[in-house]
Amino acid sequence: MKCLNARHILGISTLSPGEISLILDTAESLKEILDRPIKKVPLLRGKTVVHLFFEPSTRTRLSFELAAKRLGADTLGISAGASSVKKGETLIDTARNIEAMRPDVIVIRHPYSGTPHLLTKYISSTVINAGDGINEHPSQALLDAFTVREHLGHIKGLKIAILGDIAHSRVAHSDILAFTKMGAEVVVSGPATLLPPRQTEVLGARVALRVEEALEDADAIIALRIQRERQGRSLVPSKREYARFFGLGPEKVRLARPGVLIMHPGPINRGVEMAPEVADGPYSVILDQVTNGVAVRMALLALLFKKS
Amino acid sequence: MMRPLLFTNARIIDPSQDWDFSGELLVKDGVIGAAGQSLEAPQDARVIDLEGKWLVPGLIDMHVHLREPGEEYKETIETGTAAAVAGGFTAVACMPNTRPVNDSAGVTQFILEKARRAAKARVFPIAAITLGQKGEQLTEFGDLLSAGAVAFSDDGLPVRNARVMRHALEYVRNFDALIISHSEEPELSRGGLMNEGRVSVSLGLKGIPAAAEEVAVFRDVALAELTGGRLHIAHVSTRGSVEIVRRAKARGVAITAETAPHYFSLTEEAVIGYNTSAKMYPPLRTEEDRMAIIEGLKDGTIDAIATDHAPHSVIEKECEFQLAANGIIGLETSVALSLNLVRSGYISASQLIRCMSSSPSRILGVPGGSLATGDPADISIIDPEVVFTLTRESLHSMSHNSPFLGETLQGKAILTLIDGRPVYDPEGNCSHPPGQQ
Ligand SMILES: [Zn+2]
Repeated sequence: MKCLNARHILGISTLSPGEISLILDTAESLKEILDRPIKKVPLLRGKTVVHLFFEPSTRTRLSFELAAKRLGADTLGISAGASSVKKGETLIDTARNIEAMRPDVIVIRHPYSGTPHLLTKYISSTVINAGDGINEHPSQALLDAFTVREHLGHIKGLKIAILGDIAHSRVAHSDILAFTKMGAEVVVSGPATLLPPRQTEVLGARVALRVEEALEDADAIIALRIQRERQGRSLVPSKREYARFFGLGPEKVRLARPGVLIMHPGPINRGVEMAPEVADGPYSVILDQVTNGVAVRMALLALLFKKS
Repeated sequence: MMRPLLFTNARIIDPSQDWDFSGELLVKDGVIGAAGQSLEAPQDARVIDLEGKWLVPGLIDMHVHLREPGEEYKETIETGTAAAVAGGFTAVACMPNTRPVNDSAGVTQFILEKARRAAKARVFPIAAITLGQKGEQLTEFGDLLSAGAVAFSDDGLPVRNARVMRHALEYVRNFDALIISHSEEPELSRGGLMNEGRVSVSLGLKGIPAAAEEVAVFRDVALAELTGGRLHIAHVSTRGSVEIVRRAKARGVAITAETAPHYFSLTEEAVIGYNTSAKMYPPLRTEEDRMAIIEGLKDGTIDAIATDHAPHSVIEKECEFQLAANGIIGLETSVALSLNLVRSGYISASQLIRCMSSSPSRILGVPGGSLATGDPADISIIDPEVVFTLTRESLHSMSHNSPFLGETLQGKAILTLIDGRPVYDPEGNCSHPPGQQ
């Protein structure tokens, strides 16, 4: 496979295993650019990438902007927040107005699930989903898969444990889809208030009510950010309780395979979902994830244009 | 005076008379003259050969939203009743969640006056249970009933406070009237956008568990049992709700229930692709729920089919799924979708007409639902075979928020009469009105 069939990157759900491999391979060859003294190739010269962010974001937005700039594209960022909405303009009108200025790619983050899909019905630019509601965050899952493959050489047959808020996490959804499509076994765990009810399986991942069962012999552990302020007080009794029973401390890491990869999409609540000595420990690849994020997003942009 | 009409070669179905036979029916002076075989046509009668099509008591939709007063850009009483008669309905009962809310005799009278002027379907206003549908203070049930309201509901919203619901079910007994429950436990449905389950997880949409409906159905059944007030459960959508109603009926609780065609025609899968035309409350459920609804219709647990006709403009539907309004239109698709149940052999034609005419009339205590001699000639003529494609242009409703748009459907009304007067007659069966020679 040399090209993507997909015209937009809406989610892992719409990518085939072949397309995911192609993205990871492309990211691998582009990553080398990031270590050059002059970190730029002209693959996207003359193209315009608009970053339309309806939710606050530092690292994802910075990562997408850097990726576009490294490939020579012109970039624009719009933090729409709720401001245009407050002025009474609909999202479709906002998008059509931006489209009228002839951009090539719109990278969108939005608090409502399905918004990138909606945009593709009304505009002709290529759309990349940078996170929609509790649905998907495909570029995060791709960089997670890239990081695992880079460190362990392959993905097939590995056991990936994902801990935390599975029900409301777009990172969890995309990670589960990406790792299972690539042949890994995914086991999720967390407080049952943050898991789909009464399910033994979610999107192809096994649900373990005991964290220890999820961690046992894991090759990689992805701990998710707990946002109690977002999720409501009755879901998790306290940060203290969460840290003790569901947080990733050194004693829990020992249940996994030696050399297990410790991952987190960031930003970390240190001492809640992950103990500081784990986040900063020898197995942590959290900062590699950030670096790889730029490479993976470069790969997405490069491949979307290779096609057209 | 109108010329008498004699329908011949009709399949006459009237469950209230236990009729399902091929024969003739005479309409004279706005009422049913006679029904039977080899009727003698009066000399001046217009004879209409129905070639085997169905002649049934005018259909009654006991749950519609006509949007007037207040949201006339979505629907008016005139366009809503035009959609009704085009769908074979001679009467509709409209929910009170208008602006202002129908919580006073003045609003009830306004609706009735608009309906009188539109001169299409009969309109039976349902008044609010509580002032402004705020769930606090009961409306003036007696005054509203004397102004023409036929039942009480806060539909669109649940009555959150169980004590208020208890009092409504008690007070309504003084007037032998009916409380219609929009059963929803808001703390369980809050923020939910579709049925909670496999599909909501895969679309990343916050789910509404079946329990959000069932907890509320159970509460209101318990309150009906406590008080003896007459209770009707609106838009039953889950297997659990059907089971709660079934058991309550077996215990002799004064309870009835309705479902809507979409709950036995579609499942949560219709939402895939963030399809706002499939967004509604209660949400479309699973295949298991769909089959339980059909079972409920079959064994009589569910008494009525009502559309919950809920018009919305493109402003409310062509947007993010999260922001899209709940509800779909239903008046012009109900006959075709409900006929699917007969075609699939789940229920008989007679059971279908009971659900769509005689039961709603009995539950609401309004005239209609019968073709007995002397009854007002409210009649629907249905061609169960005709195949048509649902298009925006074909709809009489002002809105076109239907998940069936573009679909090919089978079966529709071809002639609708109220008091013997044609109110929908696209084929011109009665096109030379009486009195004009
Ligand atoms: Zn309702």
